[in-house]
Amino acid sequence: MPVPIPEHLKDLPRPRINRAPSPLLAMSLPWLLVMLGSLSPTWPIVSSAPVMPPLGFLFLLGWLHLRPGLLPVWAGLPLGLFDDLLSGQPMGSAILLWSLATIGMDYVETRFPWRGFVQNWLVASAVIAGYLLVAAWFAGVHRQPDLLLAMLPQIAVSILAYPLAAQLVGLVDRLRLIPVREV
Amino acid sequence: MAPSSNRRPGSSRRAQYSTFLAYVIAFAGVIAGVAVLLFSTSNAGAFASLRSGATDAVAPAATAAAASRSESQTVWSALKGYFTYGVRVARNEQELAEARVKLAEAAALKNENARLKALLELRESEPKPVAMARLIGSTSTSTRRFALLGAGRNQGVAVGMPVRSPLGLVGRVLETGDRTARVLLITDTESLVPVRRASDGVPAFAAGRGDGTLQLRLINLGTNPLKVGDAFVTSGSGGLYWPNTAIAVVTRLTRDGAIARALSDPGTTEFVEVQPLWEEGTAAQQLTAPPAAGAR
Repeated sequence: MPVPIPEHLKDLPRPRINRAPSPLLAMSLPWLLVMLGSLSPTWPIVSSAPVMPPLGFLFLLGWLHLRPGLLPVWAGLPLGLFDDLLSGQPMGSAILLWSLATIGMDYVETRFPWRGFVQNWLVASAVIAGYLLVAAWFAGVHRQPDLLLAMLPQIAVSILAYPLAAQLVGLVDRLRLIPVREV
Repeated sequence: MAPSSNRRPGSSRRAQYSTFLAYVIAFAGVIAGVAVLLFSTSNAGAFASLRSGATDAVAPAATAAAASRSESQTVWSALKGYFTYGVRVARNEQELAEARVKLAEAAALKNENARLKALLELRESEPKPVAMARLIGSTSTSTRRFALLGAGRNQGVAVGMPVRSPLGLVGRVLETGDRTARVLLITDTESLVPVRRASDGVPAFAAGRGDGTLQLRLINLGTNPLKVGDAFVTSGSGGLYWPNTAIAVVTRLTRDGAIARALSDPGTTEFVEVQPLWEEGTAAQQLTAPPAAGAR
């Protein structure tokens, strides 16, 4: 969701006129934020059950909702590959699911162009729950059906974490478009 | 939000082609995902070098972050730790002073112990560790249970080596990078450890359930001799894991065995010990494949 410029950034001593956003920042920050979310397995939290929300995927959904068309429709391929390297899922799981999510979001965007945040959250909830369950199936959860019960907290946390992720995406979107380049 | 106009390229042929190409690449991504997924699920060791390369690249930041945790680390306690720092420092300093005294006493006891052991001609059954390292992270979003270890080939860690903490068995090394290694935790659904009851040696298999508990499957079927509270240790049969490493305590009985709680919570252990392989002659090529396939 779009956020206003934070107060401490408003007062930066910089000229206001004849400035434009830096194209490097504007183009790279969305990719970097999603990749940063994919790095969450290297955080110092060693857990004995799946508990953390898939942050990279939440950030990807946040960007697709906030700025449709900013991440290209093929963005799921490289970003999913990066996520697969660290997530512990079988290789290819995120490539497939993130590509499908990007294409699906593109379809939702063309089919229902006028949406509010609540509709976005509903769509995201369905997509997140589906993503986690299918990813668990790829990882072999059908051989251990009890594990589905242990996944319910993770699904709930991920759905509740989506507005926070979207808020962070909105903040990074602000930073991305700060006019720093002289024209 | 207002519909964006950038998906209608107008009459520009170049814009039409680039929109079309974007969709072609996107669907190629789906097909590539399916292909890679099928390949990697049928070949367990595939892409190991790619993955360990990636973990090597992010290891410095992860190691620095892991160094900051010292007490039991669940998600919430990781956050809480930052707020209770001062109290803990004061308490630790007091404990350190007391521990110095005890250390001197322990050194004397150790000497005496060594003398007595030499007298009895007992051999040490515990192996000399290959490396001591931190667990620097785990796959906390995935249903698979892997941990990242802050030591790799450069420290002498090799595929298949058992990893233990002071409390018990943690898992075994699955893939190695130069400075990191990927550890298959005993709670992973693909992990299978031969165990026996500590008191009388009833043999069983401990299979991970993915949620922090283990399923104990008895090898000899019949009446279930297990009781809640029974402690299990590794049996060392089949090679790989050293015998007599503590692993789990029974919490609930099932029809053909029991559910047990793993003793070593990898989240609460700061340093783990990589042990050499038990029995050098075991087939190393089998170690890269998950052991569960043959036993299920």
